[in-house]
Formats: sequence, C-alpha cells, structure tokens
Amino acid sequence: MDELALALGTIIASTLRVATPLILCALAGTLSERSGVIDLGLEGKMLATAFCAASVAVASGSLVLAIGAAIALGIALSMLHGFACVSHRGDQVVMGMAITMTAAGLTVVLGIAWFKQGGQTPPIPDAVRLDAWFEGPAAALAKVPLVGPVVGGGLLGHTAFVYLALALVALVWWVLYRTRLGLRWRATGENPAMVDAAGVSVLGMRYLALAGNGVLAALAGSYLVLALNPQFIPNMTAGRGYMALAAMIFGKWHPLGALLACLLFGFLDALAIRMQGAVLPAWLGGGAVPVQAMQALPYVLTVVLLAGFIGRAYAPKALGTAYVKER
Amino acid sequence: MSQHQVEIPRWIDLVVLPLFNLALAFGVSAIVLLAIGQSPLQVLALLVKGSFGSAAGISYTLYYSTTFVFTGLAVAVAYHAGLFNIGGEGQAMMGGLGAALVGLAFGAHWPAWLLLPAMVLAAMALGVLWAAVPGVLQAYRGSHIVITTIMFNFIASALLIYLLVNVLKEPGNMSPETRAFGAAAQIPGMHAVLGALGVEWPRTPLNASVLLALAALVATWLLLWRSQAGYALRAVGHSPDAARYAGIRPRTQIVVAMAISGALAALVGINEIAGVHNRLIADFVAGAGFTGIAVSLIGRNHPLGIALASLLFGALYQGGAELAFEIQGFSRDMVFTLQGLIVLFAGAMAQVAAPWLARAWWAVAPRPRAAALPEAAHG
Repeated sequence: MDELALALGTIIASTLRVATPLILCALAGTLSERSGVIDLGLEGKMLATAFCAASVAVASGSLVLAIGAAIALGIALSMLHGFACVSHRGDQVVMGMAITMTAAGLTVVLGIAWFKQGGQTPPIPDAVRLDAWFEGPAAALAKVPLVGPVVGGGLLGHTAFVYLALALVALVWWVLYRTRLGLRWRATGENPAMVDAAGVSVLGMRYLALAGNGVLAALAGSYLVLALNPQFIPNMTAGRGYMALAAMIFGKWHPLGALLACLLFGFLDALAIRMQGAVLPAWLGGGAVPVQAMQALPYVLTVVLLAGFIGRAYAPKALGTAYVKER
Repeated sequence: MSQHQVEIPRWIDLVVLPLFNLALAFGVSAIVLLAIGQSPLQVLALLVKGSFGSAAGISYTLYYSTTFVFTGLAVAVAYHAGLFNIGGEGQAMMGGLGAALVGLAFGAHWPAWLLLPAMVLAAMALGVLWAAVPGVLQAYRGSHIVITTIMFNFIASALLIYLLVNVLKEPGNMSPETRAFGAAAQIPGMHAVLGALGVEWPRTPLNASVLLALAALVATWLLLWRSQAGYALRAVGHSPDAARYAGIRPRTQIVVAMAISGALAALVGINEIAGVHNRLIADFVAGAGFTGIAVSLIGRNHPLGIALASLLFGALYQGGAELAFEIQGFSRDMVFTLQGLIVLFAGAMAQVAAPWLARAWWAVAPRPRAAALPEAAHG
C-alpha cells in the first residue's frame, strides 16, 4: 500500500513538472488563437526565450534579470509575429515556422559563439534557479501514511512556476470569460468585422493578445532552464511547443480544457518514462512496453478529436485570416 | 497600409521580389556572423568554394539538392491545391520505411531491376498513405491539415523508432538500425553511372536518385500546368466554390493533391535509404521536410524555381558542412538560421517589401501615357 502511494506521489509530481511548460505554452496559444492568430511559433518562442533566460542567468547571476530578459524577448518575437501577420497580413502558419526554424538555428550559433560548449550554456548556478515551494509542509506530511507520499511528495515542494502556471490558467479563464477585454478578444477571433464595427481596433486586440502570448511562452521557456533542466541544451524544447498546441486543440481552445489536456499528456509522458524497459504482463504478449506508443498517444488523440470522432473541436472562426477593413 | 494592390510587373513579382527577400535573409545572417566575430565575406567565399569549388563539392551539393527537390515539390503540389503540407518530414520517414521493408524482405532474392522499382513504389505507397489520411480528414471531416500533418510527423517518428528498436533492429547491433539490404537494393552511385559512360567522377553519396528528382520536376510541371488533372487541382486551390461550379469535386482534389504530395516527399527515403545507407536508420530525414517549405517558398511553388532553390539549399548544406571543418566555431546551425530567415522574409513577410518595390519601380519605370495625362486633366 505504501509502495503504491509512493509510486502515485512520484507520478503526480513528475506529471506536474512535465505539464507545467505545456500549460504555460498552451495558454499562450489559447490567447493568440482566441484572437484569431495561429501560433505555430510556440516551439521557437519557447526555445529562444529558454536560451535567453539561461544566457542572462549565467552572465548576470540574477533570476529577475533572466526572467525579465526572457519575457522581453518573448514579447519582441510576438510583436514581430504581429508585424508580419496582423499588420502586413502575412501567412500565420509560415510565420510560425519561420520563428521556430530561426530559433532552432540561432540559439545554437549564439550558444557556441558565447559559451563554446557545443551550443549548451554552462550549468545555471543554484542561486539563480527557482526554489522549491512548500517544502516545510511536505516534510511535515512525510510521516503521515498515504497522504504524505501522495500530497506531500506529489503536490507540494515544486518550484513557484508550477503553481504560477496553475494560477495563470485561472487568470486566463477569468480574463477570457469574465472581462470585457476577454469578450473582445474572443469576438476578434470569431467575427473581427463586428468588433471593428463596435469601434474596437481589431489590430490592437490581436497585438495585445500576442503580447500576452509572448509573456506566457517566455515563462514556459524560462521554466525549462531555471527548473526542469540544469542548463540550456540545443533543441531542448523537443516538440513541447507542438504538444502544447495539440493540448490547446484537445482542450477545445479553452484554458481549463487545455489544463486537463496538458495534465493528461504530462501523465502519459511520466508514465512512459517510468515504463521504459518494463515488460508487459503475459496476457498482453509479454513483450517490452511500447513506450513510443504512449509518447505518440497525445498526437493520435488530437487527430482523432480533430476528425470529430470524440466530440468536436471548433476553432475560432476567423482563425488564420488577416483582417482587412472594408473600404 | 493601402488595400489597393499596387500593380507590379510580372518579372518583378517573380524574379526581383524573391531575390530581394533572399538578400534580406542573407543580410541578417551577415549581421549575425559579424556579431559573433566572423567575416561574412570569408564565410561566403568558403561556402561557394566548398559547394561548387570541386567535383566532389558539386556532387555533394547535388546529393543534398535531390532530397530538397522532393520535399520542395511536395510542399508546392499541396500549395497549388490550397493546402499547407507541413508533414513532409513524416511522409519522408514513411517513404524510407517503405523502401526498407521491401529491401529487407526481397533484398537477397530479387534482381536489382525488379527490386529497385519495387522499393520506389513501396516508398511512394507509404508516403501516399501518410499524407492521404490527413487529406481525407481535411476533405471530409474538416480537420485542419496543418495541425494533422504536424501530428502525423510525430506519430511517424514514434512509429519509426518503435519499429527500429523493437522489430527491425539487427540483432547484436547496439544502434537502432536494420541490417544492410544487400547489393541489389543499392541505387547505383553517380560515379558508377558516369563511369559506365566514360566520365570520371568522385565517389560521393550522389546517386541515380538525382535523375528521379529531375523526372519528378518535369512530371510535376506537366501535371500541374499541362494536364486536366493539374488544372482541376489548381482550380480548387484558387477557388473551391468556382471549381465546384465547374464540376470539379474539391474533396477528391484535396485527397489527390495530398497523395501526390506524400508520394513526392517519400522519395527522400529512396535518395537516403536506397541510395546511400542501404539500411534503415532513425534520423535520415533530418529536417529535410521543413527545408522543403523554404525551398518551395523561395522557388515560388514552381518546378523551375524549386530546382534553383534546391541547388541553393544543397549548396548551403554542403558549404555549411565544409565550413564547420574550416572555421573554428562555425556551426552548421548557421545554415539552419539562414533557412529560418529565408522562410521569414520570403514567406511570412514576402508582401512587406512588395509595395515598397512597386513604388520604387513606378518611380523609375518608363510611362508611355505620362505625357498625354496632364492635357487630359486640363481639358
């Protein structure tokens, strides 16, 4: 029983850790896509801001500067995104690819030039890294059977960004569904002409959503290097941006849906890592657990959902189309 | 931000604008090089020398170009049907898998004249499958093709690794790769082909797949601009509703376009698996599917443009590999950066420069009616 509780606690903990960058990134996608701008550049924005946070953390030794610089870069990339796609009506999908491809190359080029370690940054000093929160209560709970390993080991003792990500889910939900700004954002994604007729700037709304998108993507990138990994590694996002995009779609463009999808995907990933090398029970053939199948499951599920076989995901109606004012 | 599209002469739109955007991408790359303390001119000189300065260099350049022709054409065919196929990466992996399955099964039994065409067909069949499923989902279920093709890239990668690790791996081999298929499954290298014709040519990965690439370029051109099928495909890409009135079924066209696109991308597997490695390995596509997007964008989705753009990217990849040896601290990732910048300037921001170029053109262009206009205005 205790062993089971311990295993459960470990799985919960690693699910949360893996899901956090996905949650932040999926929220970033939700913001921009709700306003009508496709963001295939999440992967690149996360990678670029991760590199930025790591470089500044190593160079300055300041956590605030590292996160601040990453956020500034995130917003800058999003503004470039807006300049090309919102102002100049460039192809949003192509823009996302451009950001991702450029980030994948440039982070390594600059990393090699600055740190001369094959594209990695040096390990980020502990003083700059994110601290664990609620370690006291976790230690206090450790003696309690069942609750200790599950709650203390699973839910407590994570870095601030894990709790921040969960809080941001609530915040984004509140803004999108309970404020005038959110209503306007959603309307911009559905029917920009109506928003325009109401005297609200469609371009302004989209730039604002993109700014929020840049901040959230930068938080995801920062988390990767300040909490999840000890340093920046080339291409360390490893498809997380696309998985977040899948989670956003799986969550039907809703922050709470995205949260649940990210937790599910995170759980699958945690399980896959745990099952590496494990053997199937005899009644299933007894071979090795197909870890790759578990890793591919989020993508398969998203395709099945998109095909409308498990419920229907409706994208914002004006998604991907630049707004052209009637003259 | 005027909505009136300024008229641009066709040759500016087709030639000057892509070159201008290309120059911008090179310009930004030069700034990056300067920022990390390298000389852009030295890099450029070495790049050209590495890619075109020797027979071996040219040969490697053409070998990379072959792969990019396939992925570039794949993007272009889908584009003409109004679809954005980001799935070239996964379709190419499946192509390699198809070739490998035939190579493993019949490599020891069949003669080359039967085996090689079978491998090509198997590669194309799996590529078709991998692209047509997102095509069907787009056509009949409305699933966004960009998202489904991205998902299919990841699924293909997981499937390939699963098969390599658990099913197809050569026993006793530590790395996830299959056994060699045998000599009959090897597409002859160009050194052998040219050698048979009496031309001496260095031994490089360049193989007869390059001829397949040439054929694919011509066939795609014939298909898109000289056949009824291509007309229907482009009509759907231009205006699905108008096409429907003309009796063309947009749904069928979407599936057909994706199938052709997938078959083209799958040929990467022929160039790499049947042409070079002679065994299935894990990462033989290595981003070529994404390079195809850049190739198609800069080649303006036309086979001729794609041929030139493939040469450019082939030269960049080969030159970049040489540079990594020649210059300390130079990484091939500079080439990937340039590739991203090309997608940025020639793709996403392609139209930013267009009005500016148009104004520049009209400022200097000869105006035959300019003399007559003031009189008319006064009269």
